[in-house]
Amino acid sequence: MSNTDFILAIEDLTVSFDGFKAVDKLNLYVDKNELRVVIGPNGAGKTTVLDLICGKTKSTSGSIKFKNKELTKLAEHEIVRAGVGRKFQTPSIYENLTVYQNLEVSYPRGRSVWGSLLFKRSDDVMTQVYKVAEEILLKDFLDMEAALLSHGQKQWLEIGMLLMQEPELLMLDEPVAGMSAKERDQTAELLNRICQNRSVIVIEHDMEFVKKIAHKVTVLHQGKILAEGSMDKVQADEKVIEVYLGH
Amino acid sequence: MKTLSDKLLGGKQGVLGLALLALLIMVILPLGLDIFRLNLVGKYLTYAFVALSLVLLWGNGGILSLGQGMFFGLGGYCMAMFLKLEASDPISTKIQTTPGIPDFMDWNQLTAIPWFWEPFKSLPLTILAILIVPTIFAYIIGFAMFKRRVGGVYFAIITQAIALILSILIVGQQGFTGGVNGITDLKTMLGWDIRTDSAKYILYYVNAILLFGCIFLSRYILTSKFGMLLLAMRDKEERVRFSGYDVSDFKIFTFCVAAMISAIGGAMFTLQVGFMSPSFVGIVPSIEMVIFAAVGGRMSLIGAVYGTLLVNYGKTVFSETYPELWLFLMGGLFIAVVMFFPDGLAGIYQKHARKIPFLKRWVAEEKQKQTDAHASHGKASTTLGAEA
Repeated sequence: MSNTDFILAIEDLTVSFDGFKAVDKLNLYVDKNELRVVIGPNGAGKTTVLDLICGKTKSTSGSIKFKNKELTKLAEHEIVRAGVGRKFQTPSIYENLTVYQNLEVSYPRGRSVWGSLLFKRSDDVMTQVYKVAEEILLKDFLDMEAALLSHGQKQWLEIGMLLMQEPELLMLDEPVAGMSAKERDQTAELLNRICQNRSVIVIEHDMEFVKKIAHKVTVLHQGKILAEGSMDKVQADEKVIEVYLGH
Repeated sequence: MKTLSDKLLGGKQGVLGLALLALLIMVILPLGLDIFRLNLVGKYLTYAFVALSLVLLWGNGGILSLGQGMFFGLGGYCMAMFLKLEASDPISTKIQTTPGIPDFMDWNQLTAIPWFWEPFKSLPLTILAILIVPTIFAYIIGFAMFKRRVGGVYFAIITQAIALILSILIVGQQGFTGGVNGITDLKTMLGWDIRTDSAKYILYYVNAILLFGCIFLSRYILTSKFGMLLLAMRDKEERVRFSGYDVSDFKIFTFCVAAMISAIGGAMFTLQVGFMSPSFVGIVPSIEMVIFAAVGGRMSLIGAVYGTLLVNYGKTVFSETYPELWLFLMGGLFIAVVMFFPDGLAGIYQKHARKIPFLKRWVAEEKQKQTDAHASHGKASTTLGAEA
């Protein structure tokens, strides 16, 4: 595959689990500074695609290129260091640490054993923590143990932990699951702000929320792309209505 | 911002804990006990090194090793080999078929010192071996396990199996290792008789100082970003991996440090007790050490030392009166601690110490300082942002 201008170019990606093809010859391209939403019925392979990109699952065949760099052969931490951040479906934060510590641990310096032993809490680290904490609306909770946050705040904290790394590609798996209507609005604003200088892929079920954030929507079905385009175009697509929205 | 001394001492509460422990070990026990009992305490304190290593590895890292005895043993054997060679000079072994080699080698028809005993003729090389051999061993095990993401109960079982294999190997290779009796009749170190009372006092203090050294080392590790990552890994390993860290490297390093600390304990055991045997390498001692750490509180470095002292005191008292009941009692103690006091002695202390008025005020002041620091810095960065 030749080099492209896309930040992420997935071609012919296939993964099969005991013969079942969870993702089947998938082609997906994401532009720079684009916010892409991936929707699809249960079992469509949405989360598996994110798992493949971030290296949690190894592909059977095909290629994933991030800034023209092949990701399928890299270890998870190398993919992260290349600039890909991933938020998990259930909030995955360090409950025993404070909000401040959660963010600080995610700061991309001192990532080796010796680096972490000699890591100093310098001003640039603190400035970055406060900046991100303000962005994710947790500025007043820095000293709170993360376990005590509300469900929505935990989701924000995990997004904040990713922002600490300044990733060029951010992947969010159901970021508003379990959030109140107000929190959903705040999250939509947050996502619209943070995709200014990076690409974002979001998996989401909530159509109202999708409308608020999506630049472009990809509909997955049985591991393949069913439709792709603007929200209006996708919603009008008959195949999509049949397998997904029509239910 | 935290200074180095703050980090090592662990704030006001940490200073108090350390000072009390130092007072007990350095002053109260040596003054209150005769040299026979103090030597026993010294022996127990060598186990505390292992308990300490388990606080790092198990309490903070979430990696339960049921084979720490092997590192204790390796350290102990390295030291014993040096002392044995010194004790086997040609004059005192002249009745042997081959004078000048350790007695058990002679009994096993060996006529020369095996190649791997050669480095132990030199004390510097021996000290190096005490530190390096167990660490390399731990590195190999850790690399093989953690790179393949073997963890949890599987890791515990494998370490236990390796400890068993090592102890069987030592017993089986009698000519090279002294077999089931171990390496005994150790007398002098560079001509200094380690069996005298004064030597025992000195060794006790050397041991105590090394123990505090290891506490400081562990404190440094736990208060650095590394320590925070250990806690994070114990909680959500995946998240740490997907934040760009090679989780296995951190586990291997922790396992190696834990092995080295245990080995120092083993070497000091040999010096103070005067022998080393396979009964300190296998499964039973390894599990006992886990119990010491659990009773003391698996998150607390200082707790581990108290836990070790307390359980061993109990062992001495009870096994003198009811030797056959002791093992049951220890098993019961372990179950009780895990069920009712998962944070051990340290947990009980922390729960109740907060109620002592002056301590409460002390700790509260410190917390306030931290919060203030955050608040002021937060403000500073906001105003900076506004100006920009």
